[in-house]
Amino acid sequence: MKQALWHRLDIIARSLSPLAMTLLLILLGMVPLQIPDIAPIIPALALIAVYYWAVHRPELMTVWAIFLIGLFQDLVSGGHVGVGILALLLVHIIVDTQRRIFARSSFQALWVLFAPVAAAAMYLMWLLNCMMQGEFLEVGPVLFQYLTTVAAYPCLAWLFAQAQKVLIR
Amino acid sequence: MYRRAGSVVRLATPVKAWAQRFALLLLIGVAVALMLLDKTDSVVIERARSVVTDAVSPLLAAAARPVSTFNEMTERGTQLVAVAAENAALRERNERLQHWHAVARRLEAENTALRNMLSLAPDPALHFVTARVIGDQGGAFVRSMLVNVGNREGVSRGQAALTGQGLAGRVAEVGAHTARVLLLTDMNSRIPILVGETRDRAMLAGDNTGQPRLLYLEPRVELKVGDRVVTSGHGGVFPPGLPVGQVVSVRDGGVRVQPFVDWGHMEYLRLVNYKLPGILRSLEESKTPGTGR
Repeated sequence: MKQALWHRLDIIARSLSPLAMTLLLILLGMVPLQIPDIAPIIPALALIAVYYWAVHRPELMTVWAIFLIGLFQDLVSGGHVGVGILALLLVHIIVDTQRRIFARSSFQALWVLFAPVAAAAMYLMWLLNCMMQGEFLEVGPVLFQYLTTVAAYPCLAWLFAQAQKVLIR
Repeated sequence: MYRRAGSVVRLATPVKAWAQRFALLLLIGVAVALMLLDKTDSVVIERARSVVTDAVSPLLAAAARPVSTFNEMTERGTQLVAVAAENAALRERNERLQHWHAVARRLEAENTALRNMLSLAPDPALHFVTARVIGDQGGAFVRSMLVNVGNREGVSRGQAALTGQGLAGRVAEVGAHTARVLLLTDMNSRIPILVGETRDRAMLAGDNTGQPRLLYLEPRVELKVGDRVVTSGHGGVFPPGLPVGQVVSVRDGGVRVQPFVDWGHMEYLRLVNYKLPGILRSLEESKTPGTGR
């Protein structure tokens, strides 16, 4: 009986690990690194995480989890609340509707596919931020962050793959 | 393998799929509602923000510590190499500053005397709270920082945040023991300033780039590259005369200002309490001679 309970708890903990890892990543991305000009171009780590898990283990990255991640990110980052949520949900929608393409892709192909998905998400964020602000925002910083995000994808995807092997199985 | 097959079957059931779609629509609706709520500058959102940042601040502070230790170590390493040359340069600079110190003392005395003669209302004394930066905002849309002081340390909204070099921003949100500093490069930052030798009034407006613009300059005003920008004190929130930056480009498109602050090495910020002189004055300040008055 007791063992069954532990077993259940174990399964729950494991299935929550993608969510927990993503929240932790968001915090890690905020640690002041004291490197000039790095803060604006720090990769959008949540975007990578949501994409990875939506492709590999969609049942562990539910819309509720994505909503929570987006809300958390918007609140701690000081950005407009809701913007990040919608961008992450867009990633979910794209991956979910084109599942046939994503499911069959290799690691490299997933990286290539990540570029347009991230572009769509960042574009939506830019658009919503412009709407909230009531003026057109500079495209430069967004473009830079987009590039670093796409560049950071393989590293993080590798990390997630290790975590997937060890934690979730 | 078994579990995987099971979940596919579960997802495939139409009811599940329908529920998922419903959840997605619901959450999109909630997100849009949150955006509208945020747009109206709701207190609820602000409370939620400070609650969340207060909750994560211990984690952030813990993570920031090793990074700053590492940076201090590498900095010390590089300093050791250049110590002799730097010593000579500092000696020379010290002599120059001694001279300036004497000049400043004389001017201060003269200034006080003249103020007394005019019976000019004295500027309120400044009270500083030193804060450690625990969160650096990543992302393209916001320029802000989290610091590890809040309500309890007497921090309140609108206070100026300074580094040794000059103004960095203002306090935008305050939690129990954290506060968010909106940097002057953020697109929501508007700071009343004085510019140039003629001390013309203008508004320094961030636009998420490294060099904020000057708005509401009178058309006749002529500025040149290198003109100093200082806070004007209009609005009564910031003390007047805080160094902000210098003009780097004057074009038809607008005047841009390079802040004095070194964004790459912001470990501590000093938050200035300007409105409550005397009430919160700390022991340290009253000990230091020559300040406060």
